[in-house]
Amino acid sequence: MPKRTDIKKILIIGSGPIVIGQACEFDYSGTQACKALKSEGYPVVLVNSNPATIMTDPELADRTYIEPLTADYLEAIIAAERPDVLLPTVGGQTALNLAVELAESGVLEKYGVELIGASLRAIKIAEDRLWFKDAAAKCGLETPRSQLVNNLKDARSFAEKVGYPVVVRPSFTLGGTGGGIAFNPEELDEIVSRGLDLSPVHEVLIEESVLGWKEFELEVMRDLADNVVVICSIENFDPMGVHTGDSITVAPAQTLTDKEYQQMRDGAKRIIREVGVDTGGSNIQFAVHPENGRLLIIEMNPRVSRSSALASKATGFPIAKIAAKLAVGFRLDEIPNDITQKTLSSFEPTIDYVVVKIPKWQFEKFPGADRTLGTEMRSVGEVMAIGRSFAEALLKGMRSLETGKRFSFPRLSEERLRTLLVTPTPERLEALFAALRQGMGREEICRLTAIDPWFVRQLEEIVALEQTLAPQDWRTVPGELLRAAKRAGFSDQHLAELWQTTEEAVRARRLEQGVEAVFKRVDTCAAEFESFTPYLYSTYEDEDETEPTATRKIMILGSGPNRIGQGIEFDYCCCHAAFALKDAGYETLMVNCNPETVSTDYDTSDRLYFEPLTFENVMNIVARERPTAVIVQFGGQTPLNLARALEQAGVNIIGTSPDSIDWAEDRQRFSQLLRELSIPQPRHGTARSVEEAVEGAERIGYPVVVRPSYVLGGRAMVIAYDRPTVETYAQEAGEFEQAFPILIDQFLEDSFELDVDALADGEDVYIGGIMEHIEEAGIHSGDSSCVLPAYQLEARHLDTIRDYTARLARALKVVGLMNVQYAVPSRPEGGQGDTVYVLEVNPRASRTVPYVSKATGVPLAKIAALLMTGGRLRDFGLAGTASQPAFYAVKSPVFPFGRFPGVDTILGPEMKSTGEVMAVGSSFGLAFAKAQLSAGQRLPTTGHAFLSVNNRDKQALLPIARQLVEHGFQLVATRGTAEFLRQAGLGVAPVFKVNEGRPHVVDLLKTGKIQLVINTPLGRKSFYDERAIRRAAVRHQVPCITTLEGAMAAVTGIEALQKQKVEIHCLQDLHTRLAAPVARPVPPAPESRSVPQDAPLRLAPGGEPSE
Amino acid sequence: MEATLALEDGRVFRGKGFGARTERGGEVVFNTSLTGYQEIFTDPSYAGQLVCLTYPHIGNVGTNAFDNEAGRPYIEALIVRNFSELASNWRSQQTAEDFLARHHTPVISHIDTRALVRHLRTHGAQRAVLSTLSADGPALVTRARALPPMVGLDLARTVTCAHPYEWTEPSVEVATARPALLAGRGFSPDAQPVKGEGALAPEEARVYPRFRVVAYDFGIKQNILRRLVDVGCRVTVVPVLTSAEDVLAMKPDGVFLSNGPGDPEPCTYAVEAVRRLAGRVPVFGICLGHQIIGLALGGKTYKLKFGHHGANHPVKNLLTGKVEITAQNHGFAVDPDSLQLSEVELTHMNLNDSTLEGLRHRSLPLFSVQYHPEASPGPHDSHYLFGHFVEMMEEFKK
Repeated sequence: MPKRTDIKKILIIGSGPIVIGQACEFDYSGTQACKALKSEGYPVVLVNSNPATIMTDPELADRTYIEPLTADYLEAIIAAERPDVLLPTVGGQTALNLAVELAESGVLEKYGVELIGASLRAIKIAEDRLWFKDAAAKCGLETPRSQLVNNLKDARSFAEKVGYPVVVRPSFTLGGTGGGIAFNPEELDEIVSRGLDLSPVHEVLIEESVLGWKEFELEVMRDLADNVVVICSIENFDPMGVHTGDSITVAPAQTLTDKEYQQMRDGAKRIIREVGVDTGGSNIQFAVHPENGRLLIIEMNPRVSRSSALASKATGFPIAKIAAKLAVGFRLDEIPNDITQKTLSSFEPTIDYVVVKIPKWQFEKFPGADRTLGTEMRSVGEVMAIGRSFAEALLKGMRSLETGKRFSFPRLSEERLRTLLVTPTPERLEALFAALRQGMGREEICRLTAIDPWFVRQLEEIVALEQTLAPQDWRTVPGELLRAAKRAGFSDQHLAELWQTTEEAVRARRLEQGVEAVFKRVDTCAAEFESFTPYLYSTYEDEDETEPTATRKIMILGSGPNRIGQGIEFDYCCCHAAFALKDAGYETLMVNCNPETVSTDYDTSDRLYFEPLTFENVMNIVARERPTAVIVQFGGQTPLNLARALEQAGVNIIGTSPDSIDWAEDRQRFSQLLRELSIPQPRHGTARSVEEAVEGAERIGYPVVVRPSYVLGGRAMVIAYDRPTVETYAQEAGEFEQAFPILIDQFLEDSFELDVDALADGEDVYIGGIMEHIEEAGIHSGDSSCVLPAYQLEARHLDTIRDYTARLARALKVVGLMNVQYAVPSRPEGGQGDTVYVLEVNPRASRTVPYVSKATGVPLAKIAALLMTGGRLRDFGLAGTASQPAFYAVKSPVFPFGRFPGVDTILGPEMKSTGEVMAVGSSFGLAFAKAQLSAGQRLPTTGHAFLSVNNRDKQALLPIARQLVEHGFQLVATRGTAEFLRQAGLGVAPVFKVNEGRPHVVDLLKTGKIQLVINTPLGRKSFYDERAIRRAAVRHQVPCITTLEGAMAAVTGIEALQKQKVEIHCLQDLHTRLAAPVARPVPPAPESRSVPQDAPLRLAPGGEPSE
Repeated sequence: MEATLALEDGRVFRGKGFGARTERGGEVVFNTSLTGYQEIFTDPSYAGQLVCLTYPHIGNVGTNAFDNEAGRPYIEALIVRNFSELASNWRSQQTAEDFLARHHTPVISHIDTRALVRHLRTHGAQRAVLSTLSADGPALVTRARALPPMVGLDLARTVTCAHPYEWTEPSVEVATARPALLAGRGFSPDAQPVKGEGALAPEEARVYPRFRVVAYDFGIKQNILRRLVDVGCRVTVVPVLTSAEDVLAMKPDGVFLSNGPGDPEPCTYAVEAVRRLAGRVPVFGICLGHQIIGLALGGKTYKLKFGHHGANHPVKNLLTGKVEITAQNHGFAVDPDSLQLSEVELTHMNLNDSTLEGLRHRSLPLFSVQYHPEASPGPHDSHYLFGHFVEMMEEFKK
């Protein structure tokens, strides 16, 4: 069966913003699908609200819509584009849910759109626990005993029947949001009520607990001819009870006999047929009782998933790419295997290494959140590591996490240790090592954790080796022992810690003893066939398979695991660098350890090194490859942290020099520079004591921002308007031993805050975009919505900003990307002040680069890469400022608060958002409303608005309140605010605060009587009251706006929504309208310029090397 | 314990020794299956071979009395990257090391097995000696060179049973579907029935076998016998030298030719027997059995460079167009160009290298496959072939 010829146009839905449970893996899968389908000649229409994705690059699809992923927007796009098929299986649960909605509401039928990849029936069976249970039973597969309930009473009676603990799973929520394990009736009540609230169908499943059972996953593919293959088996190190996204997982399965594995494989084949997944990939989860082998099927995802991305990276089999091809009719035996080239995709990959995935959590960002890991995913990212043994892969994975932690865990009391072992938390792996080091027996550890003894044995061997190594001296340690340590995965740093020396010393000794890493290939076939795709990992063996070429090559250091503040945007930049440099004729080498990303697709660069981003691992690659140059500017902080050490080791780092980067980051050096350039900066100071803090604040003048010089346990910044606040803050800081010094900055109240992304080539500067923040200064720029163009800013300020940016770029000798943040205070009497302040300069890729690139049609990161290799801005026809779009492009952040019940949702200087969306509109209001919608907040167009603001904000609230009334809203407010509004002549209904009586405001929120919350922080006294309001709003999905600027934007948005509901824009059309100077950077011939002799390894773009 | 592996071309690997203190020689081959090492150890087709398993952790699940394919391990020696001294699986009864040591099989671990595989892939399978006694590389190389080459070696005769015997035990899958059959097989009575793929005969067939099958034992894997029982056969296993006349005298409904080690060409006695059986009784052959059928039909066999040993080989059924993922273990193959296509139909092809994987006679009730539909270890995609055998016997009875 060759590909279908009746398909004229394919619609692909992406997964939207990065959230916990749905991250870059869907950019990876969507990008693969777009590429695969386009290469087959199908026109592709893509919808995704996330601008930081590679898939939304204008080249990836024929028609790209960065629009809200809601049924009404999808219908408008379908009506405009008239695709004949929809592929819903590469955009995560978001795309599947949307496809179901579109199918059930009749939209697909109305426009004659066929679902490919998975039928409506298949999606529904896999999603609906009861139907799935029936399907499983038909296949002779057992599922945990369970019952669907929609009230507490039924939940309790079933739990009593099967016995506690029981698992609660809300129906149709993303990544198990709202689920949990209840050990007693009280917990059951709590989890069930939350789950019922979160479930769009008000339904939860109560299920017999399989806590502590062994957990396995199979990644399965099927084609239209009913050929089924298993791509990869995965075993969870953490047994059942911990969400697989929060589990350490291992590929392939380690503790199954062939009999058991084949039972699972047979079961998987039958269930994929029974559920009716016609083509593509599915993830199927199983639980096995450790003592009697009882096999249960737990769930199935009829789509590509986080696990399938992992399986693709783990085996070299590109599941999403193949899934897309199968969806249009190809059979597995019609698709070649990219890696071996000679064999076909209808086989089951086999591997000769071990793959370990470890999640990355960031609970420290959410003080007060329960750190227990359960059935609801909490991790924000993950790393994958490859080794020739489990131990090697595990230890490589641990250092890929960049926790900055030492290997020796403090000695713990027996009781604490037991607690840490029994209750899964992010610290459990460390606790396991601690327990073994403290002599706890393997049986005891297995009993406490239910982790398989085989895994614990591997850890035991690591600890035993560590104990053998510890008494050694680094100067005399024998080569054989060093080799044993390296083979077991010990890093030089780990050894240095054991031997109380430096990493450099260990490295020197190691190299002197001839203990060097070799690289092996990931080839899908355990070396049975030759591999043509250099996808490599390091290990300590005899034979090296690097086979480096002698061409000009550039190594790009990636950004490691996703985390808050360093996510997909940086991977996007790294990929762009790879694409641009590949086009310019360089060989590109990518180094990264994040299995979710596009950068770790073997297609993205010429050579992929799946390695931890540490000095040691990067230098191992450098030693084999001898790259012409290394780029550290695109991967966020991770590669920047390595820049100095790499430079010192003689690595040629191109682009802005590490010294310039340091210059911008060092508070003192940077102030000095600004003084020299006569560029204003807010007044600031550093304090090491309470007295110094007060003195500093008085000197600077209130209000001031007080914050620790580095973040400790989530201690946030405070905006202090008076001396007592500064004193209290400093006193509290003193209680933490390491909280000093604290930083004090002038707080530019009521300022416009701006973000600028610029390109510089050492001489010329191009302003990619000047973005205006919608939230006030003081909120982390990553958590702030912003708009392009900066439509409210006066022209003279725009000129000043351009001037400052250019001067800063030249002074810092920026080559590549630069991001600058500015603030322009407003006058108390209205209007904008005269001074433009520089807040921060980052001479590297920023989070906003993809958004600006998409809004302006200029691929900033690609050009930056070519500037680093010697290209000039004028070669690309870039000068001055990007053309001003004739539309508004708003970027809004997306927060994970729903995942951390109990955590306050107030925004501050510490970034909390996991992702972002972009929306385009013909008016600012509409663009903002669309962005809010994409971010999951549907602004109401009617109903009740609850207002509660602090005294300072009351005056400014008036116009907002008035407009809300004009737009038909009824106002509700607590006493103080209500009184104020009433005096201003506005009708307002008073409501109790939480502690004033009932029904209070939270009751109203819970009963759906409030549609919009505007709540600015009132200060510490009412802290708990407000927190309850904000939490209730998040839980009941009522838009909750905590700044007046945001509120004003929301009102503008509401107005726009009332006028016009849906407006769609195709990215390619927008770019044509912009008439961007470059659609694709075509580097000019290199002879036009010569390279100075003191720039030894600068390369000209394209053509011959510049020497 | 130290261990040394020396190849005939002079390459020497040094690693850690496990299992028996001994020295063993033979042809070194690699198997890429991720699961089922115990079945591989005990597969008589590995007689005369040192087996390198490419998956780097071996021994994790120990061994048990129920996953054997024969009464003892047949591999000459085991070559692995990491060998687990700890067994973790609810069915495990003995560690892999104890199991191999008890059966005098040596193990070398901690070597760069991937380098070895790449070497074999490039230079072909070769003779080798593994010693846990001597570390004298050059001497071991010399001994490897003195070993007889695999081509021309009749090993089936050395592993066949001494006397005929009956087999009545079904497979695990069928046993788990009928808890009564589980007794003493290491499975909990709670184990869920998960039936195997493929055409299984009706339930009664397993209890009241309808067909009498005589199986030639060239080194038969027990899972073939179990699968035959599953589809309603009562099996009599006979030694390789049993004549066609003696077999026909048992009045079988069908004759089965098993897998086995070595070169098929010297097994002229079996080729002769097949020639006499063909057309008089339905015949089904697997692996060496398939090669012997190929020879009996006038074809030729040849030695592959490094053979097929694994559980992930795609085979296309040329009759249905469907692809099966198969278990494979063979160093020789039937040359399709040597067959009379007017008489023989090619039914299965390997998608990796287009070698012949199955054939059937156009007029006589005779078919065979090169791969292992009984799996164990490996996927169950091809169980249907046992159903075909039954259909053929049913048809022939009429």
